[in-house]
Amino acid sequence: MATATATANKKKSVVWDWLTTVDHKKLAILYLVAGTLFFVKAGLMALFIRIQLMVPENDFMTGQVFNELITMHGTIMLFLAVTPLIFGFMNFVIPLQIGARDVAFPFINALGFWIFFFGGLLLSMSWFFGGAPDAGWTAYVPLSTREYAGSGMDFYALGLQVSGFGTLISAINFIVTIINMRAPGMTMMRMPLFCWTGLVASILIVFAFTPLAAGLALLMLDRLFMGQFFTPDMGGNSILWAHIFWIFGHPEVYILVLPAFGIISEVVPAFSHKRLFGYTAMVFATIVIAFLSFMVWVHHMFTIGIGPITNSVFALATMTIAVPTGIKIFNWLFTMWGGKLVFNTAMLCAASFVPTFVLGGITGVMLSMAPVDYLYHDTYFVVAHFHYIIIGGIVFGLLAGLYYWYPKMFGHKLNETLGKIMFWLLYIGFHLTFFIQHILGLIGMPRRVYTYLGGQGWDTMNLVSSVGAFVMGAAIVVLVLNIVYSAFKSERITVSDPWNARTLEWATHTPIPEYNFAQTPQVRSLDPWFYEKVHGEGKMQPAEPLQDIHMPNGSILPFLMSLGLFIWGFGMIMINMDNPIVPPGVVIAIGFIMTFGTMVLHSKEDHGYHIPLEEVKKIEKEVG
Amino acid sequence: MSDHVDVSNGLPANPEKSTIEGKNKFLGMWVFLGGETIMFATFFGTFLGLREGTAGGPTPDELFSLPLVFLMTMFLLTSSLTSVLGIISMKKNNFKAMRMYFLVTVLLGLGFFGCEVYEFWHYNHVGLGYSVSAFASSFYTLVGLHGAHVLFGLGWITTLLVRYWGKGITLANAPKFYSASLYWHFIDVVWVFIFTVVYLLTLGGA
Repeated sequence: MATATATANKKKSVVWDWLTTVDHKKLAILYLVAGTLFFVKAGLMALFIRIQLMVPENDFMTGQVFNELITMHGTIMLFLAVTPLIFGFMNFVIPLQIGARDVAFPFINALGFWIFFFGGLLLSMSWFFGGAPDAGWTAYVPLSTREYAGSGMDFYALGLQVSGFGTLISAINFIVTIINMRAPGMTMMRMPLFCWTGLVASILIVFAFTPLAAGLALLMLDRLFMGQFFTPDMGGNSILWAHIFWIFGHPEVYILVLPAFGIISEVVPAFSHKRLFGYTAMVFATIVIAFLSFMVWVHHMFTIGIGPITNSVFALATMTIAVPTGIKIFNWLFTMWGGKLVFNTAMLCAASFVPTFVLGGITGVMLSMAPVDYLYHDTYFVVAHFHYIIIGGIVFGLLAGLYYWYPKMFGHKLNETLGKIMFWLLYIGFHLTFFIQHILGLIGMPRRVYTYLGGQGWDTMNLVSSVGAFVMGAAIVVLVLNIVYSAFKSERITVSDPWNARTLEWATHTPIPEYNFAQTPQVRSLDPWFYEKVHGEGKMQPAEPLQDIHMPNGSILPFLMSLGLFIWGFGMIMINMDNPIVPPGVVIAIGFIMTFGTMVLHSKEDHGYHIPLEEVKKIEKEVG
Repeated sequence: MSDHVDVSNGLPANPEKSTIEGKNKFLGMWVFLGGETIMFATFFGTFLGLREGTAGGPTPDELFSLPLVFLMTMFLLTSSLTSVLGIISMKKNNFKAMRMYFLVTVLLGLGFFGCEVYEFWHYNHVGLGYSVSAFASSFYTLVGLHGAHVLFGLGWITTLLVRYWGKGITLANAPKFYSASLYWHFIDVVWVFIFTVVYLLTLGGA
């Protein structure tokens, strides 16, 4: 373990290096890899779901397996795939964009990743212990209570509790990083929009994941310790869960989509070769969306019977969100207007994001009208709506970001031909799968049913939808092929700025040295890198002399602390198991001691190490 | 970076915020407490929604006794005061006084925690088991979560005291003591709300 002070040059094995790293760039890659694995897993589940629904009265799987698959598909995609992918980009890009050497708390950054990872692992272990959670990703009570749901829901409650804590501390880290670690001259209103959306999404996480933690605690107490929160006979209330869940659940949508907006706001100006239109309005719209996102949760509960006045208030608040979102849409369009457009894969994803997202937004406004929501509710119309937001919005945003930042991350571009094949397959496959589901919903097909009778006019549309899902699957296969192909065949990048872009991350060397910036840059404008290219000398002006650089030490403690939480969570789940081989109390105690013991160990001061000036000069010469 | 601050003429006036690490801890702690507030708010909401749901079990006005709760409040409020005095001593670079005040804080916190254990034992003894009613579950969850926070805070401050018992105040440990005291104040503020919402509101007949 790297506790000694002068460990800068000590050689570490590759595995040990990745287990102990606190470098934001490496953690970003860990996030991306873990997120992609979960994404592929949940994507395969989606394919199984579509196989089952391809023809009427299909017996490809039982209703129970279907329920488990839809629950895990939704849960994994939202908590364990899209969130870490976004965190991967935020981790990699935000410190570079604000001109920092690392995040505010490198240790917490590593801890956040490992806790998320072990939480995801805990949830995934449910398959081997009596079946996955099966009450839908919303886990509505009483379906999910001790009375009706199997042990899968224990894994849901504990797995998400653990991974959610990791997400929370990572978000705190991002907030502090963005507020405290900006380079001189990088005022809040000079920050790239991706930093702004990352900041606002992190604030949303702090205020939305904590109610979720409370809700999951109630569910866990209900299931493991006979809590009576949701049992009406005992004075409980089952609507309570829906409220708590959606107070978290609605902001969650914006937690995911705002960073995607941020990526689009980086990619569109870069490939339009124009500054972002209406920067201030974009920042304002981001903040307004975040504020309103906490005011609309009841629109998920219109049919639960709260009453017309409440429904009206929440319907109006929901419609209001269309206004700041519309501002963003127009700003992207005006950014492209009159620009020197380059339609590579990143830009294709970003540009197609705009109309696709508008479709999802419009169905969102349709759904916000409480009276007609009674018709749409729990039909495929809703499924189509949120997949337009999540795939049409977030996934396309993430892919745009992947193609855009890939050369900075890995030192080579992704292949453009394969990229364009991927884009068109995904774009066509996506609309084929989900557009038709609007109509399926409108003619009455309910969601969350594992099969249906033929002859209701649903057969062809379901077949089309399933075919579309396979086309999307093919697109992801092409993406994976592209990553492998490009790793071997693609031209290595040595210039710092392969896209002729605008923001500070492109001022760093490729590959990026461990310390990012040898000298902290002096920021003189919005789009600082573009400013220096046009008005300056083509490189960032330094804000400090070249000197020894202070870096944090790596540590295995985040890994061990997270492992402790994992063991603790598993011990809690064992309480409900019929035949635990080891007493649950022992397992809980081991996990508990491990977590808190490593915390006590961590209180030992670790001041990191310094990269000496000569070393810095040597590295700069090599990469520059 | 801690080595950039000149400490040859003694510690600066605000040793907890003199380094970038200290500033980061300060802000990070505040943001964390912001999130904690929302989590507690959710449990408060749950309690307020379910407190009428006694389901034939013991009711709150049969159980709650203000003298005990008053004693607990005194313990915790005083401990908050001593932690402030500890931080003031830290800013005056008086390590011995700081150590003493934080030790008193821990002792008062232990007193509070002991009362709470007794309170729960007593309620359970007179028939308010955890699963008796929605009121029971939500009461134990809210107040118990606060108690768990107190316990964590005690462990935190004790660890700091043990770790730095003979070491004096440095720019590295000042932010740690400061964060712990912020957390301790937060626990105290939550207790003020528990005292009001859980105990006074019930006994006051609202």
